[in-house]
Amino acid sequence: MPNPSEVKQTNKSNRLKYIMEFISEKLFLICALISVLSLFLIIGFVFFKGSNPFIADGYSFIDFIFGSDWIPSEDKYGIFPMIVASIYATIGALVIGVPIGLLTAIFLSEIAPKPIAKIISPAVQLLAGIPSVLYGVFGLAIIVPFLQNNLGLVKGQSLIAVILVLAIMMLPTIVTVAETAIRAVPKTYREGSLALGASPIGTIFKVVVPAAKSGIMAAIVLGLGRAIGETMAVILVAGNSLIIPTSLTDSVRPLTTNIALEMGYAYGTHQEMLFATGIVLFSFILILNFVLAKISSKGGK
Amino acid sequence: MLKLRKWKSILLLLSLTLILTACNGGEEEGEGQASTGNGSTISISGSTSVGPLAEKLAAKYMENADVNIEINQIGSSAGITNAISGVSEIGMSSRNLESGEEEEVTPTIIAFDGIVVVTHANNKVKDLTMDEVKKIFTGEITNWKDVGGKDMEIVVVSREDGSGSRDAFQEIVDYSSGELVRSSIIASGNGNIKTTVATNEHAIGFISFEYIDDTISTININGVEPTAKNVIEEKYPLSRPFLFVHKDLSEESQAFIDFILSEAGQEIAAEAGAIPIIEE
Amino acid sequence: MRKFKDNLLLGLLWFGAFLTVAILLIIVGYIFYKGIGLINLDFIFGDYSPVGGGGIWPMIITTIYTIVISLVIATPVGILAAVYLQEYAKQGKLVRMIRFATESLTGIPSIIYGLFGAVFFVTTLAMGMSIISASLTLTIIVLPVIIRTTEEALKTVPASYREGSLALGSTKLQTLYKVILPSAMPGILSGIILSMGRIIGESAAIFLTAGTVAAMPEGIFSSARTLTVHSYLVTQESGDIELAAAIGIVLIVMILALNFAATFISKKLNKADY
Repeated sequence: MPNPSEVKQTNKSNRLKYIMEFISEKLFLICALISVLSLFLIIGFVFFKGSNPFIADGYSFIDFIFGSDWIPSEDKYGIFPMIVASIYATIGALVIGVPIGLLTAIFLSEIAPKPIAKIISPAVQLLAGIPSVLYGVFGLAIIVPFLQNNLGLVKGQSLIAVILVLAIMMLPTIVTVAETAIRAVPKTYREGSLALGASPIGTIFKVVVPAAKSGIMAAIVLGLGRAIGETMAVILVAGNSLIIPTSLTDSVRPLTTNIALEMGYAYGTHQEMLFATGIVLFSFILILNFVLAKISSKGGK
Repeated sequence: MLKLRKWKSILLLLSLTLILTACNGGEEEGEGQASTGNGSTISISGSTSVGPLAEKLAAKYMENADVNIEINQIGSSAGITNAISGVSEIGMSSRNLESGEEEEVTPTIIAFDGIVVVTHANNKVKDLTMDEVKKIFTGEITNWKDVGGKDMEIVVVSREDGSGSRDAFQEIVDYSSGELVRSSIIASGNGNIKTTVATNEHAIGFISFEYIDDTISTININGVEPTAKNVIEEKYPLSRPFLFVHKDLSEESQAFIDFILSEAGQEIAAEAGAIPIIEE
Repeated sequence: MRKFKDNLLLGLLWFGAFLTVAILLIIVGYIFYKGIGLINLDFIFGDYSPVGGGGIWPMIITTIYTIVISLVIATPVGILAAVYLQEYAKQGKLVRMIRFATESLTGIPSIIYGLFGAVFFVTTLAMGMSIISASLTLTIIVLPVIIRTTEEALKTVPASYREGSLALGSTKLQTLYKVILPSAMPGILSGIILSMGRIIGESAAIFLTAGTVAAMPEGIFSSARTLTVHSYLVTQESGDIELAAAIGIVLIVMILALNFAATFISKKLNKADY
């Protein structure tokens, strides 16, 4: 039997523990809410600045979205060509980058002999950290001249150059994150499938990959984020022309590029219109995230 | 116990990095102060065309003077805005002031600069009239054979809307931003235009004199060569002033501007490829 | 038929991996090939010279400043947030909102962070174009990266660890920092490395918040230029691919060193664990 004073002691330390638990949980919650706060602040400021021309100065939002003339010095602000360019470039990069990235991730986690995976995985992870500007430098120094000289385009700065640079840039991010997700699939899944007579490859594509779906989605979202968010590398290879692209060889100006290109020079309404460009970009991403969140929550079920 | 030690070692490592970098920063600060003394700071921002020249002038000036000069290259319009709002004491501009800006700040011309039309080094076209230049940039002429070159498409390269160089170029050649051929490549700096033109046989662009080298071929306008001498003698039409714009100046800033306008300062400008105000 | 399909898929996997490795090798190879000629001690430790031929030491210091300041804030906040989401929170509206916010933050283009930083930190909070403005902007940029990777790492910790620890009478907090966090450490560290990469690699947001002053920063309130911004500007303004590549080499070596350090640390941790 413990004596009474000991019991009291335990009670006291239990209470202390309880308080600590309580405080720490609240602290964790606050940390988690910081990201919500940041998002609100960002949305608030960008929307405040960007909506000003439409609310205070009477510019038409429809003309802004569907107008094809962007001539700030003549007070014409239409970003339709850039919207089209952004959509094309992102889809193009996804079509090329995602399959290659996922194949590589599956290869590294499931197929590759251990020594090879041990060299390649960290190397790819390292490349995820390479500044995107360097991909732009590479694109300008190698891809653009290649398109010009070997494929005979009049100008190498083009939609296809943007797509290639973005696809390459997404690769390390997609590979690294997807690989981690696939590796995290419990061994028992594979063993079970193999025991039921499935082939090793069948197991990978029918059991392991679906099991890692949420992680793979995360990989794609991160990769996409990198592609859409890319500005400086794109400026170097896009050509930044203000036309609605009709072929892969047209030079284009995606939304991000428009902001970076003119932010330094812009002031007044012009600057606010760049914030408005930001809003459009932003809305795309929010919609995209929403869709992807829906997809992955369905996959989870 | 083991785990606790691990955590401690991580913490230690983190704090070590912090201290190391802090020390590093501290030392640098010490050194920095040694060279700049306790002098005040002149903040300058604006044109990317004026920027390189201003940096060279500032470096030379700070060797002997007790001030620290901060230069931000953010573009002409932003620089002028900064000078008006007081964010920077001096704004750099590579275009003339517009009517709304004129009432707010005073411009001082620190040097002149020529703009040169450039093409790929292999391009045989060496001479264009002002009218041809205009027709090329507005998309009326789209093939080099129409101006005496090979039968190949012309790729126009221009600066972004709002660039001081582009404003000046369009004003002299006499076309508006709306008339610029839509498919033209937009490059965001002199260097970017130069690299683009140097690597594309089809291309034509315009850059500041400072950036001329043998990777590109320069074009004579109406038969006049783009040289500093021809600009000063007003034979070569494509030139514009480099401006420092400001409100009331502090003593330090006035001294810096006086230095720039002195013979020594103008010599540096000439070395940098700009055109000095006073003829030697 | 099944065999053929399997072989085809296997071939595809090999091909994909080969392509990735080849592309990345070419890029790194090219950067080294172009830039290595410029690399020497004077280049790395020399002061910047506007006349040309100077070093990049001020940009290295600026880069280190931004990394340290933003990680000192983002790492604890990010890890604790992930812990809340993964270990404490009950599924509900709040958690969904937090998740949505984090995911949205991940997808926001850095140029928008730059716009935000330029209005909020630079103008509204009157920090000016400075290292601190850029670092705070970067903090928000890397926060979701740290949260997400920490969460993924926490997910990989077997439930049995938690149950075992709790069954032995540890509190939730004790379980957390004695059992869960240590076993998730390698994953968390890889997240921090990814963030460092993101910070080092960031250019658009820094461009708009830190300015482009090419000089040794006098403190965190100075305007300054990081390595990537420098590399971008020399490509843009002087078209100097070799100099840009040389800076690229320095950046890659920095990231390489970080990776080795992290691998080393996480290996040590794992050894002690089992």
